Amino acid sequence: MSISFKLFKPSFLWAAKPSDDPLQKHIVSYGRLWRSAVMLTALSAILPLFAITWIDYNVSRKAVLSETMERTSRTVSNTRRTISGFLAERKSALDFIVHDNMIEDLMDPLRLAVILENLQKAFGGVTDIGVIDATGRQVAYIGPYYLEGKDYSGQKWFRKVIEKGIFVSDVFLGFRNEPHLVIAVKYDLPDGTFYVLRTSVDTDQLNDLLSNLELSAHGNAFIINGQGILQTTAANREKNFEKITIPVPPFSSKTEVFQYDEPGKETLIVGYAYIPDTPFILMIAKNKSDLMKVWHKTRLQIFLFLSGGILIVMVGVIGFATYFVNNIYLADQRRIKTLHQVEYANKLASIGRLAAGVAHEINNPLAIINEKSGLIKDIFLLKQQYAHDEKLIGLVDSIHDSVARCGAITRQLLSFARHMDSSFQPVDLEKVIQGVIGFLSKEAEYRNIAVSVHVSPDIPQFESDLGKLQQILLNLVNNAFAALAEGGRLDISALKYNDTHIRIIVADNGCGIPAKDLKQIFEPFFSTKTNAGGTGLGLSITYSLVQELGGAIDVASEPGIGTTFTITLPRAIGKNLQPKH
Amino acid sequence: MRILLVDDEKEFVSTLAERLSLRDIEADWVTSAREAEQIIDTRHYDLVVLDVKMPHMGGRQLRQILEKKQPGIKTIYVTGHGSEEDYKAGSAEAAYYLMKPININDLIDKIKTALAT
Repeated sequence: MSISFKLFKPSFLWAAKPSDDPLQKHIVSYGRLWRSAVMLTALSAILPLFAITWIDYNVSRKAVLSETMERTSRTVSNTRRTISGFLAERKSALDFIVHDNMIEDLMDPLRLAVILENLQKAFGGVTDIGVIDATGRQVAYIGPYYLEGKDYSGQKWFRKVIEKGIFVSDVFLGFRNEPHLVIAVKYDLPDGTFYVLRTSVDTDQLNDLLSNLELSAHGNAFIINGQGILQTTAANREKNFEKITIPVPPFSSKTEVFQYDEPGKETLIVGYAYIPDTPFILMIAKNKSDLMKVWHKTRLQIFLFLSGGILIVMVGVIGFATYFVNNIYLADQRRIKTLHQVEYANKLASIGRLAAGVAHEINNPLAIINEKSGLIKDIFLLKQQYAHDEKLIGLVDSIHDSVARCGAITRQLLSFARHMDSSFQPVDLEKVIQGVIGFLSKEAEYRNIAVSVHVSPDIPQFESDLGKLQQILLNLVNNAFAALAEGGRLDISALKYNDTHIRIIVADNGCGIPAKDLKQIFEPFFSTKTNAGGTGLGLSITYSLVQELGGAIDVASEPGIGTTFTITLPRAIGKNLQPKH
Repeated sequence: MRILLVDDEKEFVSTLAERLSLRDIEADWVTSAREAEQIIDTRHYDLVVLDVKMPHMGGRQLRQILEKKQPGIKTIYVTGHGSEEDYKAGSAEAAYYLMKPININDLIDKIKTALAT
């Protein structure tokens, strides 16, 4: 009954704290034992799990990151090719024009206008064209401004074009207040001089090209120059011709990717490439956290795996720890119970010996009193002068009665002590029950408790350990007396249960036991009378005594109505069930 | 009918003897096993009442000696203590086994029945 209950609820958790009960002081704290068991096993199981998850986390994060950077790098590389192509087309066109036309033709405004028109048709965005001679003076110009005759000799770009033969300028607003760039090509004349063909290209097409790139993760594609000045429009970033916050990366002939923590903003993954023969650096900046969104899914899976793993490990660990600590607890309880039983038995044995000694010592003087008073009575009866003295006879008789009572008590004490040793013998159940009640008959009288005994006549010949049986009954009757109020009632009955067993029922109409306590009453140290001197051992000893006799004890109780203990005992104890003594 | 009472409690045994003689039962008494051995050599007794526990020699041992000296002598044990073992053995070998304090009428009944058999 209580065994199956313990399987499901670790009783050590409900156990009294060790310090509460001086008898259990030597016992370890099960809570602490449980905690350390859980901690140690959980640690040894979870740490490797953490390590593996951590490694996996980092590896997959790195993989995702490098894949992202790789992708950015590819986009940058492709875009660079497009931009380079865009500029190269225009450079080649100018190159073709200077080779295809004589300087004289180019000086002809009509011819130049045709060329500009053709360029405009072929490429679009070409706003003007001009021819500059070796002195830096613009000798011919077709375009919306009157720039003919303008002297460029002092300008940087002019010197550069002389030096390199071809030049692509930064994007600038110029007179037109339109962002544009200048492409200039130098053509060496046979006479050793040269001229330069110069054209302005607006950057709308470049902007379109960059903004039409399909970039994930709020990506921005833009061009800066060597000073970090933004050359094209960039959504969500600085305005044109402003210096961007991303530092100008060092020159590299290849496409590069780096991470940049923009102050006050999120981390960016920046891919860049220097566009050859131009001052431009193509840059693609993407939001790292957006890029890592794919990774977040993986990360979630890793975390779910980890939490699941921890959960399973913890459930297992707690289950096992609880099971083992509970077993230790139960084993300890059994040990304590046995220990106390032995102690109790020893105590009872010494009480028995003491009682026997006292009884013996008292019996001898009692016998003398008995004989002396008997002699007095004899003399009275023989001698005529006293024979009819009722008062004297009465006095002597009352001495006799008292002696007889004392004798009954000492005899009871002796028989109690005699049965301390375990031995099996035929038992007269009625006598045993009466004997036990005899101990409490005075109390029953004082408290007006009605005690009735019914021993069924068909009870078979019955063999048991008289001492244990007495103790069992005494404990139960004592308990019943404790529960009974004045004028209560105690019924003890014995009957044949079946061919091999008999049954003793001790029923009172006392205060009863609450249902929540009922399953614990046989456990050692369970007591509701701790303040009133109860040890919590009485019923547990009773329980084990019944077991030693090969029987079973059961209890039924209802608060306010009463309690019934039912003991079922075998008629004879098998050899294998002999108590260990 | 002659009876010998052996008990180390002199007050008990002397009073008991007196009461028996008041009831016309001739009873002698001694307070030790040694005296009992001596007195039995001088007189014939039909029955002995022995205390089981006495100093030097208990009633059960004494009975064996007396039985040798006077075969067929009847025995009644009295005791203030008496263990289970004593009780069983005593009931087997002696006619009766009485617990102190004894009732004189019981004793006389037992004596009569013991001598009748």
